[in-house]
Amino acid sequence: MAEVLVYVDHVDGAVRKPTLELLTLARRVGEPVAVALGNGAADTAATLAEHGAVKVLTHDASEYADYLVVPKVDALQAAYESVSPAAVLVPSSAEGKEIAARLALRIGSGIITDAVDLEAGDEGPVATQSVFAASFTTKSRVIKGTPVITVKPNSAAVEAAPAAGAVEALAVTFSDKATGTKVTARTARESTGRPELTEAAIVVSGGRGVNGAENFSIIEALADSLGAAVGASRAAVDAGWYPHTNQVGQTGKSVSPQLYIANGISGAIQHRAGMQTSKTIVAVNKDAEAPIFELVDYGVVGDLFDVVPQLTEEIKSRKG
Amino acid sequence: MSLRIVVTVKYVPDATGDRHFADDLTVDRDDVDGLLSELDEYAVEQALKIAEDSDDDVEVTVLTIGPEDAKDALRKALSMGADKAVHVEDDDLHGTDAIGTSLVLAKAIEKAGFDLVVSGMASTDGTMGVVPALVAERLGVPQVTLLSEVSVEDGTVKGRRDGDAASEQLEAALPAVVSVTDQSGEARYPSFKGIMAAKKKPVESWDLSDLDIEAEEVGLDGAFTKVEAVAERPARTAGTIVKDEGEGGKQLAEFLASQKFI
Ligand SMILES: Cc1cc2nc3c(=O)[nH]c(=O)nc-3n(C[C@H](O)[C@H](O)[C@H](O)COP(=O)(O)OP(=O)(O)OC[C@H]3O[C@@H](n4cnc5c(N)ncnc54)[C@H](O)[C@@H]3O)c2cc1C
Ligand SMILES: Cc1cc2nc3c(=O)[nH]c(=O)nc-3n(C[C@H](O)[C@H](O)[C@H](O)COP(=O)(O)OP(=O)(O)OC[C@H]3O[C@@H](n4cnc5c(N)ncnc54)[C@H](O)[C@@H]3O)c2cc1C
Repeated sequence: MAEVLVYVDHVDGAVRKPTLELLTLARRVGEPVAVALGNGAADTAATLAEHGAVKVLTHDASEYADYLVVPKVDALQAAYESVSPAAVLVPSSAEGKEIAARLALRIGSGIITDAVDLEAGDEGPVATQSVFAASFTTKSRVIKGTPVITVKPNSAAVEAAPAAGAVEALAVTFSDKATGTKVTARTARESTGRPELTEAAIVVSGGRGVNGAENFSIIEALADSLGAAVGASRAAVDAGWYPHTNQVGQTGKSVSPQLYIANGISGAIQHRAGMQTSKTIVAVNKDAEAPIFELVDYGVVGDLFDVVPQLTEEIKSRKG
Repeated sequence: MSLRIVVTVKYVPDATGDRHFADDLTVDRDDVDGLLSELDEYAVEQALKIAEDSDDDVEVTVLTIGPEDAKDALRKALSMGADKAVHVEDDDLHGTDAIGTSLVLAKAIEKAGFDLVVSGMASTDGTMGVVPALVAERLGVPQVTLLSEVSVEDGTVKGRRDGDAASEQLEAALPAVVSVTDQSGEARYPSFKGIMAAKKKPVESWDLSDLDIEAEEVGLDGAFTKVEAVAERPARTAGTIVKDEGEGGKQLAEFLASQKFI
């Protein structure tokens, strides 16, 4: 069976969930060969093997942390040349898309970004994309070169599928462009202890209706009662009530959880672009005419300051 | 010293309008109102700011690839304060994908002459967010992308990239390709004076032959990707909507329990 390269997103060896989802999709089109770079790369092998990686190519060098994007492109290209895969799959993070695009250009291939599903086809993998703020679904193929496809989080289930996961050192020679953009300082984002927004099964969001940074504690309390991530509309972020890293929408994160709860959010097209593919959508809004209600499975027309705390209490008492 | 800035701007269908696909599965750009992609306004803004903050002799050129109407996007950028514009227009460009777009942009940027390219973080129609990285790869210059803060000093571009896991300070020598996010600072509105001045600013039109690009390299025929099917997402089935009369939170909890979320 043909091999499929899977680019691994990990933090110091801890593999992030979207990569495991990618392995599920990769197994539909071939045998997954994982590529893990940077600090802790070799520590990813056990988890990757459990989820279907037949091989794990690893390489660590200071360049991956010290310079932007290009060292990773050089390494992925080296992996591509050593494996000659049938496809290359990369998680759809901002950086993942940039790496994938530059690789595609170098190897004379096309690129498809932000796939939400992937199937094997007679003429190569077929990617499903959700476009125009999720109002259309398209099916596309790369028709020249080796398909390079980036896949959004929550596009497939994580499945156990034990495989060899043999670790092999990848030989990488950095190009003269690798050191072009220097990372002169890095401030790690503080962990909130809540699930990662793009990976969470449940997302609870607040918008302008939350009316102040201090009131976001109501949204957080609901999120914590459900083990959910917290999101925010751009209006709430622009007002300085919640960090931009939590913004959901076209210029924030795109989420596709099992459950999305929108509180005090009107449902503008740019917000919908980031949450419309959620499985179940719930909204609390005091305006019965708010466009968000067009999307919901269940909506409460009411004041979030009454409804949300009552909901949180009820969930807590039901969970005991 | 002089500093030549090229800002790439895309003309896109209005997101609040009825966006759809044409029969050949490309975006219908004829029957929908278009505009300068809002996310490229941030690129124009930062280019103008860099120009204002510089002691050098700065020239800001805005560049678009698109149909005849894409001139509207150039006009808007000129009225915000850019100095001149280049419009790449050719019937053979219809249906060009990201790889092809980056080829045309890179050739046009080289022809225009550049020290700094400033792009938006993503278009509001294709939303791929890859074109700046592709253009940097093609031009063989540093990529300093997704900046929420940017400045240029002594031939060096610096900026802050707020990523998923960390916020990074980046630095590269010019020439370079930069992209800026919607966190980089509100874009200015064109003033009346700006709008009047824009009418006199030069807009050059180039076609593929001006850029030494063969028709087969771009357009639907040259594309590296193919859209095989397009389907409108079925409307979500109407949900249950209740009015809170004191029990709204409890009713919602009941719904969540029925769906096994609690
Ligand atoms: C290029 C571009 C990109 C954008 N990207 C994004 C993006 O990524 N994400 C995003 O969210 N937006 C984005 N926007 C902005 C978007 O257009 C909207 O302005 C924004 O989503 C509005 O946020 P909101 O729903 O919180 O605020 P509003 O639209 O002001 O809605 C607030 C809602 O809260 C309700 N409300 C008020 N008080 C209460 C209460 N006490 N109880 C219950 N309900 C209450 C109101 O009825 C109203 O419906 C973008 C815009 C542009 C042009
Ligand atoms: C819904 C949809 C999905 C698509 N999916 C794919 C796909 O998977 N693969 C693929 O190869 N193509 C795809 N395309 C085609 C692709 O969008 C276009 O080729 C486009 O010109 C480049 O991608 P983008 O608009 O997403 O650019 P982005 O990478 O999002 O744009 C970033 C920046 O590049 C600059 N820029 C982009 N296009 C232009 C332009 N025409 N003129 C001037 N500056 C520009 C702007 O500064 C912009 O802010 C898709 C198009 C649509 C509408």
